[in-house]
Amino acid sequence: MTDEHQTLALLLFSAFVAVTLGITTWVGRNRRGSAEEFYAGGRLFTPMENGFAIAGDYMSAASFLGVTGLIALFGYDGLLYVVGFLVAWLVVLFFVAELVRNCGRFTLADVVAARMRERPVRIAAGTSSVTVSVLYLVAQMVGAGSLVALLLGGTSGAARAWTVIGVGALMVIYVSWGGMRATTWIQIVKAVLLLAGTIALTALVLVRFHGDLNRLLLTAAERSGHGEAFLAPGLKFGGDWAARFDLISLGLALVLGTAGLPHILSRFYTVPTARAARRSVVWAVGLIGGFYLMTIVLGFGAAAIVGPDAVRGSNAAGNTAVPLLALDLGGGAGSTGGTVLFAIVAAVAFATILAVVAGITLASSASVAHDLYASLRRKGGKPRSEVAVARVAAVGVGVVAIALGLLARDLNVAFLVGLAFAVAASANLPVLVYSLFWRGFTTRGAVWAVYGGLVPAVVLVVLSPVVSGSPDSLFPGADFQYFPLQNPGLVSIPLGFLAGWLGTVTSAEIPDEARHAETEVRSLTGAGAA
Amino acid sequence: MQSSKGRPRGVGAGRESTVERLDGHAPDPAEEAVRPRYDDPWYDALASGWGESEGAGAPAPSTVPPARGAGEGGVAAAEVYLEVQRSAAFQEVRRRYRGFVVPAFAAFFAWYVGYVVAATTVPELMARPVAGAVNVALVAGLGQFLTTFLLTWAYARHARLRRDRAALELRWDTQELTRGVSGGAS
Repeated sequence: MTDEHQTLALLLFSAFVAVTLGITTWVGRNRRGSAEEFYAGGRLFTPMENGFAIAGDYMSAASFLGVTGLIALFGYDGLLYVVGFLVAWLVVLFFVAELVRNCGRFTLADVVAARMRERPVRIAAGTSSVTVSVLYLVAQMVGAGSLVALLLGGTSGAARAWTVIGVGALMVIYVSWGGMRATTWIQIVKAVLLLAGTIALTALVLVRFHGDLNRLLLTAAERSGHGEAFLAPGLKFGGDWAARFDLISLGLALVLGTAGLPHILSRFYTVPTARAARRSVVWAVGLIGGFYLMTIVLGFGAAAIVGPDAVRGSNAAGNTAVPLLALDLGGGAGSTGGTVLFAIVAAVAFATILAVVAGITLASSASVAHDLYASLRRKGGKPRSEVAVARVAAVGVGVVAIALGLLARDLNVAFLVGLAFAVAASANLPVLVYSLFWRGFTTRGAVWAVYGGLVPAVVLVVLSPVVSGSPDSLFPGADFQYFPLQNPGLVSIPLGFLAGWLGTVTSAEIPDEARHAETEVRSLTGAGAA
Repeated sequence: MQSSKGRPRGVGAGRESTVERLDGHAPDPAEEAVRPRYDDPWYDALASGWGESEGAGAPAPSTVPPARGAGEGGVAAAEVYLEVQRSAAFQEVRRRYRGFVVPAFAAFFAWYVGYVVAATTVPELMARPVAGAVNVALVAGLGQFLTTFLLTWAYARHARLRRDRAALELRWDTQELTRGVSGGAS
């Protein structure tokens, strides 16, 4: 990495930060401070705007850098991630987007609490939402630290630490000052930048191969050293039965987890109606699907043009495949084109991380203020005071994320994201589905469903090879590995559903028919929707 | 993920009269081809362009507060929701919603799980070449993209043509009824 790279990349970073701070100030200037405004941006975004914002929220650096790197290193097995990330949106579209928009006000707990005893349900759903958000947040922070340090050439611990602190400070400013409206516009800007960058790189890859995708794939297979096997599954997830079940577990977590991610759910509250929520998802599916199709081309392109050895040499996890590809496509190291393209890709990746962390911070501060604080403290506080709590919560979440991000900086980013998806699918999805569709669901069932998914998911990860018992794990010295899979989804998701069922059938509470009727009528018609 | 809730259960006889007029609004298939007329004040906001959302004069977001909780108004509102739930118009909307999402979910979930399981258990089959460098695995992966796009389109179309109009009318009727029982306080 030469000096020009760093200067140009830093300039572009600064430009993006300046633009986003400008948006935040502009939005914060005429804020009214209501909860509606802070959590939901006034609920007046159009479906297209919200679709771009959802795409901006969802396409994280893990997709842009991580998945392309996986494809470049392992070929087809990287593609399995992309498919899971996209198909998950059908679950969101069918069961979540419209119904949640109609039933809830700001958070997941709103939907469940509407038909249950409010306090225990809010505490449970709030706890699991904050857990998922913090896991996701730490993953992004760790990614930001290592990425920026790597791209800027600074590999010292200080550079990484300051990057994590800087990202944390920025996200707290965005969220506590600008609320949902600033966060949404930052995500829209980021989605446009990311899509533009991806389209440009994809076009350059296709030009390099004269539009011949067949030759691109063959070259990738040839340079990978695996031949035809590079284009078929098995390089990463092949082998023993544990690896195979791990893939199935990951696949389930990815496809069911998206519908339980708090920062995705909160996006549906920013549009006026359920119909608009549906149309935002249609936009998002188009944008995200197009993006992932291009990442496949970029991944195989990196394998064909840069070569897996060079990719692995730069970063063992493959996270720098796309920047290296950009360098080569622009004309190679030392050329002006290469420098510019490299710097642009670095800046886009940075923008991606900033936008994603802002969205997650907002969602978790909403859970803290609207669910946990409101339940644990006196009830019936004024809306303004709740927003004040949310702003403080954003600072608190930021501090926790910075601290954990610094502690966990050697953790694998993909593992943390996979864990966040697994926890979301195990703890948030069962309770959401049961509340919306099961007439006999009770308060105890709701509480059990949340903890019955959350606790096994976390415990199984602690007992997995990710934490101990193998050379790559967090504590390679210790060995308390009792669970063979890296991703707990295959076990913990069914457990979450089972616990919810068990809690319901064993509880003495008689389900309130009228409140179920209210939830059902409101969810499908939008009557009384906020 | 299957809904465990059954079809219409015991209907409270004699309650139907209040929501009779809902049935009168039951969607007519002939109307469905026509772009429905929305009285929804929010609907125009949907069609607005960029920057429109900056409009400062957002009206009060909800005409009817969540109708439960204190007082007999809450109890009566609960009755309204029960009656609407039992009405034929609502049952029809729910039937159409479930009639689409349940089979569609079963289909794409089976297709996705089958794809993932096949990728780990029968890699030989997945590696079988189709044309040039393209093998079964790549075709299946792109097929997942294609089915996702198609189902998204089909769901949006189904909801727009088969549910939106009826749901909107139910929404306003329900809100009228809940407003009525809470004494116009809202």
